[in-house]
Amino acid sequence: MSPEALISALYVFALAAFLGYQVISRVPPLLHTPLMSATNAISGISLVGSIVTAGAHYNTVSTVLGFTAVFCSTTNVVGGFVITDRMLRMFKRKPTVKEKKK
Amino acid sequence: MHTYFIEISYLLASILFILGLKGLSHPESAKRGMHLAEFGMLMAIIGTLMHYEIVTYTWIITGLVLGSLVGLAMGLWVPMTAMPQRTALSHAFGAFAAALVGISEFYRVGGHLETITMSALGFEVMLGALTTTGSLLAFAKLQGLVRGTPVTYRGQNVFNMALLATTVGIFIYLIIVPGSMPLFFTMVGLAFVFGILLVIPIGAADMPVVMSLLNSYAGLASAATGFVLKNNVLIIAGTLDGFSGFILSILMCRAMNRSMANVLFGAFGSAAKSDKPGEQSGTMREVSLDDIAVQLAYAKQVVFVPGYGMATAQAQHAVRELADTLEKRGVTVKFGIHPVAGRMPGHMNVLLAEANVPYSSLYELEQINPEFPSTDVAVVIGANDVVNPDARDNPGSPIAGMPILEVDRAKSVVVLKRGQGKGFSGLENPLFFKEVTGMLYGDAKDTLTRMIQAVQQA
Repeated sequence: MSPEALISALYVFALAAFLGYQVISRVPPLLHTPLMSATNAISGISLVGSIVTAGAHYNTVSTVLGFTAVFCSTTNVVGGFVITDRMLRMFKRKPTVKEKKK
Repeated sequence: MHTYFIEISYLLASILFILGLKGLSHPESAKRGMHLAEFGMLMAIIGTLMHYEIVTYTWIITGLVLGSLVGLAMGLWVPMTAMPQRTALSHAFGAFAAALVGISEFYRVGGHLETITMSALGFEVMLGALTTTGSLLAFAKLQGLVRGTPVTYRGQNVFNMALLATTVGIFIYLIIVPGSMPLFFTMVGLAFVFGILLVIPIGAADMPVVMSLLNSYAGLASAATGFVLKNNVLIIAGTLDGFSGFILSILMCRAMNRSMANVLFGAFGSAAKSDKPGEQSGTMREVSLDDIAVQLAYAKQVVFVPGYGMATAQAQHAVRELADTLEKRGVTVKFGIHPVAGRMPGHMNVLLAEANVPYSSLYELEQINPEFPSTDVAVVIGANDVVNPDARDNPGSPIAGMPILEVDRAKSVVVLKRGQGKGFSGLENPLFFKEVTGMLYGDAKDTLTRMIQAVQQA
């Protein structure tokens, strides 16, 4: 990695950290469990690295490691999103007086 | 051309991830936000499949299909009470994947990496490895496969520090003198061991902090992968995850009035036992279920305070039924949720939401505490330390200064408890000896079911 590439990667990191702080401090405690499973699913994006390792055929060891990594990340991505959806569907408003009367 | 397509799919994914997390600021916008994030993930995966280095799809497809099946099964069938375990497991999976990509990258080039990449790769592999074993141990503790009590021994912290120093020492050596396979794998092995040692001394009651911290490490491992592979979407997603975990662990520590260092190295449960035992005088007053039912039925306001005991007794549905029965009689029912009630952040909220309690009835600590003086009955269900008045009144208490739900300010308190034992921290709870407090022993679900009938007859 060239120094220029490192610096631009650090820019991305720093800005993402700042943004992450802003966005996540606004999540109410009510949704902290869905937040954790959602960020888990999102960080399963390391899948994109695993996919290249599993398919590029550098050598057998890399392919095996890559395959295992693809499996692990996919489990996280799919499981994480499915379970977050499931949880969020459970959070309901109190029915208003009108709705109750129906 | 392909490169452009891939990069744009990553850019789109990054934007959608951020919008997705932004949606989580409110329950109403959360679902749509998650759909955006899911779409972003799909775009990034499709984009990656076009990568020019990929020559065979066999293993990719197999991994994707198998992973989706396992993920789907876990996502659909894991009960809400087991959410902490599942989350711990997924931290382990995510971190393991990051570690494997790093190891593979190192192996591919025979360890000859230039300084910057080697530094990032070292972070990736070490964080990945220690999070993997740490999370697996947390999973085992939460699932009850391993005892939840802290394991401590003499010189523990010194030993851990020495191990960590060795690992970091090897890491620095590898940056300066690259290429040694055996040393690299020793470093990875030590990081795996360190993960176990890190979680062993931590008790069950501190799990919310540990879960958040492991979440943070898993995210940072992904971000480090992004530095190694020069991939911005990985850096962004990993950083968001890392910071989310970090913020949560700070919030959890604040909710217990303890520092991170104290949680990690303090081995809470065992230290608390040395506190002078038996200084509590007075007796616990056991009350009859029917008396409480009458009190509840004619109350103006009732506040339920759930704790981990509600989850273990699977009592959340019974609680909601009781709440419904009371509301039908015109009683105002609220739920007071302590930030560290349960085994992970937000655990109680999810359980009650599952049982169809509307989220507008769930109140945070700061919102509910002023309500207690005007509350007729506070019902504590399987919670202990989060309602311990010693935290407020006794500066010598190990949990002094921890914000609590002040149920003892209510006109009457009922504590549903399995037995006469102490909480997970092993602390005596003066609340149980107060005059306003009545104890109801037995399985919470069973007690609540009988209570519903009694209230209906009252």
